[in-house]
Amino acid sequence: MDLKIILISIAATGIIGVLLGLVIGYVAKVFAVDVDERIEKVAELLPGANCGGCGFAGCAAFAKAVVAEDAAPSQCPVCSEDDVRNIAEYLGIVVEQGEKKVAVVRCSGDCANTVRTLYNGIRDCRSAVVVAGGAKGCDYGCLGFGSCANACPFGAIEIRDGLAVVHPELCVGCGNCVSACPKNLIELVPASAEVHVYCNSPEKGVAKRKVCKTACIACRKCVKASGEEDHMLVDGFLVKTNYDNPPPADLVEASACPTSALRVASKHAANEYQGVSK
Amino acid sequence: MSEKPRKFKGGVHPNDSKALSASKAIQDAPLLDAYTVIMHQNIGAPPELLVKKGDAVKKGQLLAKAGGFVSVPLHSPTSGTVGAIDKCPGPTGIAVPAITINSDGEDEWGSLFEPISDWKNTAPADLKQRVWDAGIVGMGGAGFPSHVKLSPPEGKGIDTLILNGAECEPYLTADHRLMVEQPKDVVLGAAIIARILGLDSAVIGIEENKPDAIAELQKVAGEYNVRVQPLPVNYPQGAEKQLIYAITGREVPVGKLPMDVKCVVQNIASAVAVFEAVVKGIPSIERVTTVTGKPIVHPGNWRFRIGTPISKALELAGGINEQPAKLLLGGPMMGIAQSSLGVTVMKNTSGILLIARDEVSLYTSEPCIRCGRCVDACPMDILPATISQAVENKRFDWAEELNVMACIECGSCSYVCPSHRPLNQHFKWAKVEIQSKLRRRN
Repeated sequence: MDLKIILISIAATGIIGVLLGLVIGYVAKVFAVDVDERIEKVAELLPGANCGGCGFAGCAAFAKAVVAEDAAPSQCPVCSEDDVRNIAEYLGIVVEQGEKKVAVVRCSGDCANTVRTLYNGIRDCRSAVVVAGGAKGCDYGCLGFGSCANACPFGAIEIRDGLAVVHPELCVGCGNCVSACPKNLIELVPASAEVHVYCNSPEKGVAKRKVCKTACIACRKCVKASGEEDHMLVDGFLVKTNYDNPPPADLVEASACPTSALRVASKHAANEYQGVSK
Repeated sequence: MSEKPRKFKGGVHPNDSKALSASKAIQDAPLLDAYTVIMHQNIGAPPELLVKKGDAVKKGQLLAKAGGFVSVPLHSPTSGTVGAIDKCPGPTGIAVPAITINSDGEDEWGSLFEPISDWKNTAPADLKQRVWDAGIVGMGGAGFPSHVKLSPPEGKGIDTLILNGAECEPYLTADHRLMVEQPKDVVLGAAIIARILGLDSAVIGIEENKPDAIAELQKVAGEYNVRVQPLPVNYPQGAEKQLIYAITGREVPVGKLPMDVKCVVQNIASAVAVFEAVVKGIPSIERVTTVTGKPIVHPGNWRFRIGTPISKALELAGGINEQPAKLLLGGPMMGIAQSSLGVTVMKNTSGILLIARDEVSLYTSEPCIRCGRCVDACPMDILPATISQAVENKRFDWAEELNVMACIECGSCSYVCPSHRPLNQHFKWAKVEIQSKLRRRN
């Protein structure tokens, strides 16, 4: 008796299993989705940071676009030149190498250099700007609550004494910080440019100096020091680096910027500059 | 007829500290050497500048004309010459453009508007135009152009005009003094506004802690068919939506305006400004402001010209006798903390308040303990604790679902929170983020 029940059970489950297996096999054939295996391969070659710097929802979405030739591999800001070349070779396409970019926070006003008042609210730039404009004296400068640092997937932004400082060696130029900054302070610039003006205030020099020790006062020493070359551009009361023709790093020493607003990015990141009192 | 006012849900009872200045009669501030008039004093478009440096101006002369429908003109507070047109510290902490008027000491009027003494027989449209020309805004704090409120679209069927004399903010007594000292002007202003709206009556809502104002207004109100409605003392009784509910029992839906429930609300000081503009032809160049707080030597109420620096206002009040911790424009609940004494009196500056060191402490925000006090205190019936949690996690979509847009930023939740959470700031932030998202979508 017992043996019979066991045999029937085994047979029944076996038959059900075979039937279900056939159904699954049939469904898998009929409803099969054509997966372009190139997409998976390209996604593997991509860095997988999902930073969104390419403008797509993530690395997988970007891989799909690359395979469909809606996007060029060089649009990925994180990929090195070799990575881009590998992807291009795999897909058999020709790509131009994109220019590597890094973010620059165009402000050097840390707490030692520009403080107006005590702010005891939410530690977030976007929130501070709504209620009181933060604690800094300059209306155009960095608020220092780190909305950009929180937005950076690569940990390339450090908040040092109330100032966001980009470490260029870590920055991949994805641009997440650019849209996080309520003061529109952050700019993506070619990584080859080393010298930047760390000031964003369009105010007159006197007004800037009242609130900040490291403001650019548009004295044009750096413009003169660069001689015939158009390394620096004057825009009202602010000088900007000409990123089409960036100056060499030694321009900073040569021009002896009186407020130290002109800085070399790597030295700025290493905290080698100080504000200059009047 | 006097109905019993309804009590709105929630609210708080902060110490009102009005005794400091409630009995002090309004004094006219003496003429200053210079006034710095902030250009953009209204909600809406900034006005367009008409003068340049060095121009001679008379008192009441146009400095800037309205830059659109939701905008008001700006007039000179005294006679003299136009000085620098530069930036000065603004009330929100960001520098704003301002016109300096260097006084010539004559204080000579330019051409005034034609006084309309027979306003009862003047077309409402002409009266409304005068309100606009005189540059009148909501003087309770918001600075919304009054003529816009008086122009409801066709078919709204406005049936109630409410004058807001609640003055529920602690410390402030400017509206209180106006009602006590110029009750006739308040009532006439109400009657003129009622005529503009095509109504023949008005209601003035006043908190019961101002019995003298209620008594003075009741003496003159009947003549112009204005009803004085005493209201229970409960912050924020003077918030537009709460006031409408207390007086009419109507609730303004989220995202709608008072006119959608057939009401128009105007501030007491705005009503007096309307009276002066229509009957006397005077533009809006001065306002009554309370200068108060424990550190102030002689707290009181002054009639300041717009453009009076805060530092001068404090000097007039006898200066300070102890080091203050905080300077606020407005009251302690909704006022804005200032970092500069260079800010000047604007059309919506109802108070200049100093808080002493022993009255405040520098707190740190702690986690929410889910006690629900903020939910009880919220007069708009939203869930401050949950919304705050949503905002803290940057879930602005969730905050929107939880109706953060209904928040009137009265600060009752922050006031009662035992964990000192920055609830009000969370909501302000969420509202800005949601609005900018809507703008991007459109």
